[in-house]
Amino acid sequence: MNDGIIDAKGLVKDFGTTKALRGVTLTIRGGEMVAIAGPSGAGKSTLLYCLSGILQPDWGTVTFAGRRLETLGEADRAALRRREFGFVFQFGQLVSELRAVDNVALPLVIDGVRRVEATHRALDWLERLGAADVARETPDELSGGEVQRVAIARALVTGPRVVFADEPTGALDSIAGDEVMTVLTEHARAQGITLVVVTHEPRVAAYMHREIVVRDGTVASREAVR
Amino acid sequence: MTVAYALLGFLEEETRHGYDLKQAYDALFDAGRPVQFGQIYATLGRLERDGRIRLAAQEPGQGPERKRYEITAEGIDELHRWLSEPEAPEPNLQRTLFAKTVLALTTGRDAGAYLDAQRGAHLERMRELTALKTGADLATALLADFALFHLEADLRWIEQTRGRLDSLRQEVTR
Repeated sequence: MNDGIIDAKGLVKDFGTTKALRGVTLTIRGGEMVAIAGPSGAGKSTLLYCLSGILQPDWGTVTFAGRRLETLGEADRAALRRREFGFVFQFGQLVSELRAVDNVALPLVIDGVRRVEATHRALDWLERLGAADVARETPDELSGGEVQRVAIARALVTGPRVVFADEPTGALDSIAGDEVMTVLTEHARAQGITLVVVTHEPRVAAYMHREIVVRDGTVASREAVR
Repeated sequence: MTVAYALLGFLEEETRHGYDLKQAYDALFDAGRPVQFGQIYATLGRLERDGRIRLAAQEPGQGPERKRYEITAEGIDELHRWLSEPEAPEPNLQRTLFAKTVLALTTGRDAGAYLDAQRGAHLERMRELTALKTGADLATALLADFALFHLEADLRWIEQTRGRLDSLRQEVTR
């Protein structure tokens, strides 16, 4: 019996002559918090993007809650990413022209939620994440830690089942990094969200239930499911 | 402590006498601090008393350095147990982690598996400390941070070494 929310089998991904993934198989269970660790260039981010349907693997399958991602068209995959997944990137990747609250509301607006309702929900999430006071500021007025809080709010506002984070503390000092990981894991736990975090920092991996180590495009070691 | 296991590792390869063992130890683990002859002989005495090694030959006209030792089955078991088990994560482990890695390589064991197991033990301790500091007062959190930064340094070394095991194997076994 397999109770994974995400199942990847035999993932292979090449970029030209570079073999980024060489046959990765893994299962992530619902509500788990998993670190994907390993050295630079090991294939961690490529794996995250394949698991989340941003990239299509050249070979192998990714199943999310029983749905095979490679069988979906691009529009369906985009809708899946918008509704079921949240994303947090290293540098926040907020829209620089929009205020923080509008950045957080954006995925709701794209999905057809009325702007007033979307803004209301965005403000609620900014408040929960301790970032209500920056709601009306634009990203260039925010510190790195504040940017990541806004990015986390944007990832959580749609009520996703899985949040994927790629080096979420990579641009932060250790104090801001701790704060970001604390709010991210607290809210993931409270909402029962599955959290998949790519990191090369052991202190970040220590916030997760378990670690999967990727080296040279393969899973080099993995801890047992708890 | 690591001297005893290093001597067992060298004796697993072949029988040796005290002078050989000091040379072998210093070649791999000296780092500016050569081991004293006295420590070698005291350690050999303890290992022999505990049944980990035994006298293989006593060459004529000799001082203590002319005794040639061999490892026993108990000694091999003890070495294997030590090389297979991750250390409890605590400060100042660097010499022990290095010794285990090198001895795993020189005795033909799986150093990668050892380092992976050690990584798991370290990360588990880091999880405990991370949980401890969440919601704790600042003094507790800073104390946990102190331990976390040291464990992280060990883990970075483990990852670095894990990525260079093939080169290290060539260097220490040539």
